[in-house]
Amino acid sequence: MKGPGASLAALRDLDALSARDLPLARLDPRVPLLVTLLLSVLVASFPRGEVQALVPFLLWPATIASLAAVPVRPFFRALLVPLPFVLLAALPALFVEPGPAGRAIAASVLLRFLLTVTSALLLAAVWGLPALAWAMQELGAPAVLVTQVLVLWRYLFVLGEEAVRMDRARTMRSFGRRGRELALAGPFLGTLLLRSQDRAERIDRALRARAFTGSFPALRPWRFGAGDAAFLLLWSAALVFFRLVDVPGALGRLLTGAA
Amino acid sequence: MSHHLVEAENLRHVWPDGTVALDGVTFRITHGESVGIVGANGAGKSTLLLHLCGALVPREGRVRVGDVPVTKTTLETVRRAVGTVFQDPDDQLFLPTVRDDVAFGPLNLGLPPEDVETRVRDALDAVDAGPLAPRAPWRLSGGEKRRVAIATVLAMNPDVLVLDEPSSGLDPRSRREVIDLLRAFHHTRIVATHDLDLVLDVCGRTIVLDRGKVAADGPTRSLLADEELLARCRLERPLSLRG
Repeated sequence: MKGPGASLAALRDLDALSARDLPLARLDPRVPLLVTLLLSVLVASFPRGEVQALVPFLLWPATIASLAAVPVRPFFRALLVPLPFVLLAALPALFVEPGPAGRAIAASVLLRFLLTVTSALLLAAVWGLPALAWAMQELGAPAVLVTQVLVLWRYLFVLGEEAVRMDRARTMRSFGRRGRELALAGPFLGTLLLRSQDRAERIDRALRARAFTGSFPALRPWRFGAGDAAFLLLWSAALVFFRLVDVPGALGRLLTGAA
Repeated sequence: MSHHLVEAENLRHVWPDGTVALDGVTFRITHGESVGIVGANGAGKSTLLLHLCGALVPREGRVRVGDVPVTKTTLETVRRAVGTVFQDPDDQLFLPTVRDDVAFGPLNLGLPPEDVETRVRDALDAVDAGPLAPRAPWRLSGGEKRRVAIATVLAMNPDVLVLDEPSSGLDPRSRREVIDLLRAFHHTRIVATHDLDLVLDVCGRTIVLDRGKVAADGPTRSLLADEELLARCRLERPLSLRG
């Protein structure tokens, strides 16, 4: 499978991982969500071209991935989905600023991408979107946003498959290249939009028919306990420490005896 | 208060593009009845179902569920009483596991978690889908999806079950399983479908719609054997009634 079909399959496999009953998933999902948000803010706050000081932040995704025994292949396939956009952001630096400075900027962008996207994907793979949506709701995110996140995640697959089917039907009647011109992209996307709208109406009806009033109930409501607090404090402290102290630099100086 | 009655009185619906979907539809369905709504494409079946489950509120005429008229202010009561299984299970199943999806309705109704667990188990058992609980809904087969979609509605303990095309897209075996399931229920059942053999198996009474009007309302066997009526309403005699 190639193209959009493969990307969809990768995200779907990732999502399926969250159905496993892991000890780690019993942690209140607000905790990893907050840690991930903190990590994103801290990582974004470094000056451009910073690479070395970002490395210790890999400890968070690495710890979660190993505690949750996230299988490598589906995870990396999912990671490939946003990669083209990141390359688009990172590669121009090589040409705009040739030499080590440009390379450092490109490496820095890639590393930040790796840190933030990996952490976000791990949230989806370990806790699952519904738990995170619940966490967002509990942390005071607007109900509209929470509903959008949840419904978007599920129907991304349904709409994606619709697009794949439409594209397949078009290809079957395209005989090589005719019918694949850019001019047809408009009607194609238009049809997809109208279909999505129809689908959205039907979903809305089905949700309302089951007494949905705008906020999602949680089947397993988490209670924020002492363990959750300790986990949150420990990781927040570690990440802030990594932001304030250049750990690899300090280690290097320590080992080489440089001033 | 019983919600098992479903009544439509002079119901009329015009879509924004001017299409008259329902034109003076009147009927009364009583406790425990199983009623088929049949008719050609565009006869008004889907529009009628949308009124029965409160997705559309009558502008002209009335719909009552039990003692409650369907109006904007009574939608919640109506939706508690009427469980609707939509045609495409993908519209209905959206949580990552079957268990979560079946629990969605009862949780929305504010039931305590222990009761929700019981409801989920009972509803899945009722459709013979207990082992599917931890599975992801989109990985199920068409027949499994349909049974789970029915369970999501059963879990809310509705008085009336409304089903839109419950057999569409199913292989013969899955179709038979759905039919057996529907026969076993004691709810008031309203089934809109093109599958006239299913109606024959499941519904004692049939309402034939033709261009938004009730063309006939009576015992299924005699209506579906009436060649003249069926031809007039662009329908065909079911296979099992052919000689």
